[in-house]
Amino acid sequence: MTDPKTLSPLDLDTPDQTFLDANELVINMGPQHPATHGVLRVILRLDGEKVLGLECVIGYLHRGVEKIAENRTYTMFNPYVDRMDYVAAVSNALGYCEAVEKLLSVEAPPRAQYIRVILTELNRIASHQLWLGTHALDIGAITPLFYTFRDREEILKIFEKYCGARLTTHAFRIGGLQYEAYDGFEKDVTAFCAFVKPKIDEYEELLTTNRIWLERTKGVGVISGKDCIALGVTGPVLRASGVQWDIRKAQPYANYKNFDFKVPTGEHGDTYDRYIVRMIEMRQSLRIIEQAVEGIPEGPIMAKVPKVMKPPVGEVYHSIEAPKGELGYFIVSDGSTQPYRVRVRPPSFVNLQALDVMCRGQLVADVIAVIGTLDIVLGEVDR
Amino acid sequence: MNDFVQYVSSYLGSDKTPGAAGNFFWATVYVLLVFVGLSVAVIAMNWLERKILAHMQIRLGPMRVGPHGLLQPIADALKLLLKEDIIPDGADKIVFWIAPFIVVLAAFSVFVVVPFGQTHAITDMNIGILFMLGVSSLSVLGIVTAGWASNSHYPLIGALRSSAQMVSYEVAMGLAVVSAILMTSLNAANTGTLSMIGIVEAQKQQEIWFLFKFFPLGIIAFTIFAIAMVAETNRAPFDLPEAESELTAGFHTEYSGFRWSLFFLAEYSAMIAVSSIAVTLWLGGWLRPFPNALQGSTWDLAFSLIPGLTFLFLGAICFYNTARMPKHPLFRIQTIGLAGFGAVLALIGLVMFLQPVRDRVGDIFWFSAKVAGFMYLYIWYRGTFPRYRFDQLMKVGWKVLLPTGLALLILTAIVGMRTELVAQVREVFR
Repeated sequence: MTDPKTLSPLDLDTPDQTFLDANELVINMGPQHPATHGVLRVILRLDGEKVLGLECVIGYLHRGVEKIAENRTYTMFNPYVDRMDYVAAVSNALGYCEAVEKLLSVEAPPRAQYIRVILTELNRIASHQLWLGTHALDIGAITPLFYTFRDREEILKIFEKYCGARLTTHAFRIGGLQYEAYDGFEKDVTAFCAFVKPKIDEYEELLTTNRIWLERTKGVGVISGKDCIALGVTGPVLRASGVQWDIRKAQPYANYKNFDFKVPTGEHGDTYDRYIVRMIEMRQSLRIIEQAVEGIPEGPIMAKVPKVMKPPVGEVYHSIEAPKGELGYFIVSDGSTQPYRVRVRPPSFVNLQALDVMCRGQLVADVIAVIGTLDIVLGEVDR
Repeated sequence: MNDFVQYVSSYLGSDKTPGAAGNFFWATVYVLLVFVGLSVAVIAMNWLERKILAHMQIRLGPMRVGPHGLLQPIADALKLLLKEDIIPDGADKIVFWIAPFIVVLAAFSVFVVVPFGQTHAITDMNIGILFMLGVSSLSVLGIVTAGWASNSHYPLIGALRSSAQMVSYEVAMGLAVVSAILMTSLNAANTGTLSMIGIVEAQKQQEIWFLFKFFPLGIIAFTIFAIAMVAETNRAPFDLPEAESELTAGFHTEYSGFRWSLFFLAEYSAMIAVSSIAVTLWLGGWLRPFPNALQGSTWDLAFSLIPGLTFLFLGAICFYNTARMPKHPLFRIQTIGLAGFGAVLALIGLVMFLQPVRDRVGDIFWFSAKVAGFMYLYIWYRGTFPRYRFDQLMKVGWKVLLPTGLALLILTAIVGMRTELVAQVREVFR
């Protein structure tokens, strides 16, 4: 494993001569490329098929979300966060709402928190399903994509029934929820849990013991727990490297301390372990959802929050465990209706820095596998 | 004129292929038939692959162009033909232009020796199998030139991968083929043959498909070939040269329109070609199942009815789906079209029941049915497997298939010679 500190920056202008007197190849992967998950551009320096180094160029999807926040009131900014990690919009909203709630020193009522947990965990499953489908597609297995999308559809249907939107849900409000759970919400969620459990087994049947899948993922994109911490990598990538760090357990928020679930960890920190960790996470999410549906209390869904929010002067950092890692919001309030500054710590952006470390010395095909396994969403990387 | 008629009719009733009989008229007719049949097969394959893959992936596949998307391949072909012909600015124009033709030529000319039946081949070359392997490996030239002429990184990497892959898998493929050829020499005269027709006849004579000969040696040889042929045709899970997620489209990234469709055509006809080799060598070529165990005129009649029944069955499926079509004015043309298609299939089925037709198409039917089985396998692989990485692909080729093939070849030789060997050993120790 290369120590990330010793990595030299790429000199892309003068490709070295190799012993065969053939020029090294510098190729551009993206921003329009089928496997860079959006508009990521990766400049690869290759010796034949071996990756000597790479550089990520980002910003093709930059919309200035953080700047927009400074010109909107706290409530108005809420829907914008959905557009960052658009495959896990609910998690974004949860992080933002909780951060502002912290700033306002209010807490959502228990019923709201339970519904939030249910929706967030459903979203985690949806996000992992999308990751699995695209990751498998990158490695060449086209079929899992359709299976995962079929099942993800059921989650999106629940979202649609709950708040009318499927992807960018704007499900939560600062202080709780706008909408009460619809009639039959609990029944739908329970039915979904029963529906998706055998489906997760089905994905595993296709991949977990597939020889080619094992060969393509075992020992690929290895990163140690130490390197992960040094680079700030979080989420399943960190856990697959053997570090037991899940904010739901470490700094419980939104009632997570009331639920019984396990935090899976891997040993080798390779692509296969990350795959297994995410598969277990899906099952654990189902466990949380089942507990939450059972214990969902009656009561109000909105805390007492002023119509015009003027949080006291101060700053707050609140982070949650998004499907991709630690999603943090740092909000500075100057006492007005609009935040003075909102800084988002997106997991995808931080995790993406590990790409170079994970890919050096590997082959071109592994770069694709590693991009897939990092589970980045460019909307969140560029913001 | 009279001479010509005599020349044409002189071949009728011959028990040789037109090429072997030296009749140019019928050879030309056969060439045209094979060309047309192959094009139709590729078009059908296009539709079938999309449909089968779609159903494996819980979706419908093409449904809009024609009933159940039956006209989709034709629409695609039209679109490709009408597309703007783009040659990249930095490309080597002549080489870029030639490359797809080399590939197509290599993929199509192998069919000269493919025996669709006892006399249903363009010619019967005495080095048939060698010709097939040799010519089909020429297509790597086209791929390399295509990748190089594009003057672009992705095609170049794709072409390099492709050439390395095809060259290394040809070795294992050759070893498996040789072991089958060894089996042909197990007759009274101890004379083997490289002729494609001869190989099938040897299986007929030995009353066994080479797949089951010297169990399990025949099956191992067949397996090696079946793996190598997927790699040879650059299909999933060995589709690295055109690995979409890595190299966008590999060696034909810069190709579009008609030129691209030539690569497509070549890929599919190459698949059919290698499947034909496998069918000829191990699955008894045009021979119907159980030609020896189920002998007699009753069985002959029963088996000769199967082609017609198959087409009738396909027609029945069409009629069934015609009945299931939505009863909406918008679907009227589609419903009529599907019913018409079913009628055509049923008519073909009925024609195939006629005595003279029955006698002639039986061979072709069984051969095509076996090849179709391989085509289904290709699609199945694509729906199931992830893609190998380049180094793993090489590892499988050189470290697994090649040693196995070598051992297999030696074992086949020993088992084939065992009676002579035993006799010689006895001679020594007497």
